[in-house]
Amino acid sequence: MPFMPVKFNSQKRVKLAQGLWLIYWLSVIVGILIFSLGIFFKIELRKRSEMMDNNESHLVPNLLILVGLLACGINAFGGKVCHDSLDPVKFAKWKPMLKPYLMICCGFNGLLLLTGLLCFLMQFAVYLTLAEGLKNSIKFYKDTDTPGRCFMKRTLDMTQIEFRCCGNNNFRDWFEVQWISNRYLDMSNDLVKDRVLSNVEQKYLMDSVPFSCCNPGSPRPCIQHHLTNNSAHYDYDHRIEELNIWTRGCREALFAYFSSTMSSIGVLVLLTIILESADMAGLKYLTTALETMEDPENPECESEGWLLEKGVKETLGDLLTNIKTLGKGNQVDEGGDAQEAT
Amino acid sequence: MMLLKMKFTQQRRVHLAQGLWLLSWLAVMCGTFVFCLGVYIKTELLRRAEVMDNTEIHVVPNILMLVGLASIGTNWVATRVCQDSLDASRFPRWKAFLLAWFVVATLLSFLLLAVVVLSYALQGHLEESLKVGLRNGIRFYKDTDVPGRCFQKETIDRLQMEFQCCGNNNFRDWFEVQWVSNRYLDFTSKDVKDRIRSNVDGRYLLDGVPFSCCNPRSPRPCLQNQLTDNSAHHSYDYQSEELNLHNRGCRQALTDYYMGLMNSTGPGVLSVILIQMSVVLSLRYLQTAVEGAMALEDPAEDSEGYILEQGLKETFEDLKAKVLILLKFGQVNPGDTQEPSEAADPEKAASTTPAS
Repeated sequence: MPFMPVKFNSQKRVKLAQGLWLIYWLSVIVGILIFSLGIFFKIELRKRSEMMDNNESHLVPNLLILVGLLACGINAFGGKVCHDSLDPVKFAKWKPMLKPYLMICCGFNGLLLLTGLLCFLMQFAVYLTLAEGLKNSIKFYKDTDTPGRCFMKRTLDMTQIEFRCCGNNNFRDWFEVQWISNRYLDMSNDLVKDRVLSNVEQKYLMDSVPFSCCNPGSPRPCIQHHLTNNSAHYDYDHRIEELNIWTRGCREALFAYFSSTMSSIGVLVLLTIILESADMAGLKYLTTALETMEDPENPECESEGWLLEKGVKETLGDLLTNIKTLGKGNQVDEGGDAQEAT
Repeated sequence: MMLLKMKFTQQRRVHLAQGLWLLSWLAVMCGTFVFCLGVYIKTELLRRAEVMDNTEIHVVPNILMLVGLASIGTNWVATRVCQDSLDASRFPRWKAFLLAWFVVATLLSFLLLAVVVLSYALQGHLEESLKVGLRNGIRFYKDTDVPGRCFQKETIDRLQMEFQCCGNNNFRDWFEVQWVSNRYLDFTSKDVKDRIRSNVDGRYLLDGVPFSCCNPRSPRPCLQNQLTDNSAHHSYDYQSEELNLHNRGCRQALTDYYMGLMNSTGPGVLSVILIQMSVVLSLRYLQTAVEGAMALEDPAEDSEGYILEQGLKETFEDLKAKVLILLKFGQVNPGDTQEPSEAADPEKAASTTPAS
């Protein structure tokens, strides 16, 4: 009893072949799209890798690139098979490859599922990497004379301007590190000496933030220094002032950006699984319809197409027995060998 | 004596029609490209419209959009003509349109050339417009509570950050205006009172710049205030400090940006002109070859195609004569003074009576 049989006449077969050819080429375009999204994501990670201590994981974009290329190849092959399917001579040479091809498609769908899940799960890893990386970035902001870190200041300033954020969790992170290099501090000045001596680690700490934290939308020229001192500025209350500097932390801002990218790519990958399954089902119907033609010489005859030759349970049962016999074939047959040995 | 005459066999005519059909579709694509280019340049100009005083420079994208649309229509007509050219029953209906088509297509090419020239010529106007616009922007920077000007601060700040520039000509423009609103000045403070009394207009002037002038590439945290005072900052020399703020003025930055935009589209527009002129010439050859073939007894015979039926001089003389005849029709003919005057008088009488 075939699973989901459908009757096909010549007209329906031709329509199925044409429709399936179009869907396969649509799938190739989707494969190209996934490939370009993988490249885009890789470039974005590289651009922000300084914020993540250069140890971010490139697993997801690499997997997307691989999946995109495979999708193009597999679907192009499927399209070619559909194109040749209505010509019995050409179709005959593709026939033996169809079973392994459908197996590969199943495996590919599994890979797509894995990629889609990783797109969602790896967001946690990105979050943790960002937290650690930003903490170090803020610490190394002042080291513009240390080789390997001299562009940290520029990168962090540009990031804060572009993503409209300040600090790691919020702007107070800048109060805990010395972000002005000692080269620019007048160590003979009493004020400077007081500040440096006021903490155990002898860091020059201030309640100020860099200029890149300033919000251009504030009606007032930016207040960067003495942020917690209300009397240092006219008509200023640091508890209710909201527009002066960005209140969001950069970890949250960057994570929102990456997570929205990864989520949309994940959704696209999951939709691709549905598209690929439709392709496989269509191809199975087409090949079975062509195989069951009663009179191969007469193209006008009726035929039947199905998804599985027997019902779902029997097919699964068959598959299990096949796997068991494969397993048994490798084991040494104890009874038989013992006889021969003696 | 025909100008640039060529022999066309039936085969060549067919190939010419097919090739021209493809070329015309390519020209349609080019028309779309020119239109999209016009839209893009216009959008970019509109985005910064707040710092521009006038819209003279908008003539460049406007002409591009117009020419793009017209060229899409014109070249689509050319494809139809090509399709009909090999069918003797359908081609004659295009005969009347073709002269007008040639005029329109050549006009479009000239307009495109004019656009390329204009984009260079209007650079001075653009700079003037930006100078006035930016000057006003800097002057009204502090007016965040005045309706109609409350976003001037944000616009100028974002502009300076995005284009990495400061002020109109350079950062000293900020020293000449009061860019801190009176709402945020403590008038009881001695420092504020001194500054306000130090100039005739009673403005609070500083040797400081807004934060958006800061250069992120500087190795040193940004110095915004007391810029001309070397002793106010450790290890700071006003004369030799280059990286602290953006050095470029915003007028220069914006002019460079827009000129770069229009110059980079120059080669594209020139190649579109080339393609359009090729379409015009090929269509002329096709028209004359097909008309020549239709006039023969055997339409499949060889015919001749040419650009002009007579040489340049003779065609020009012919054209002059035709134009003079047209003009003469408009003039009153001296021999017929009686009739036209009698005809004119009742008209004149009729026209004057309603007035009185």
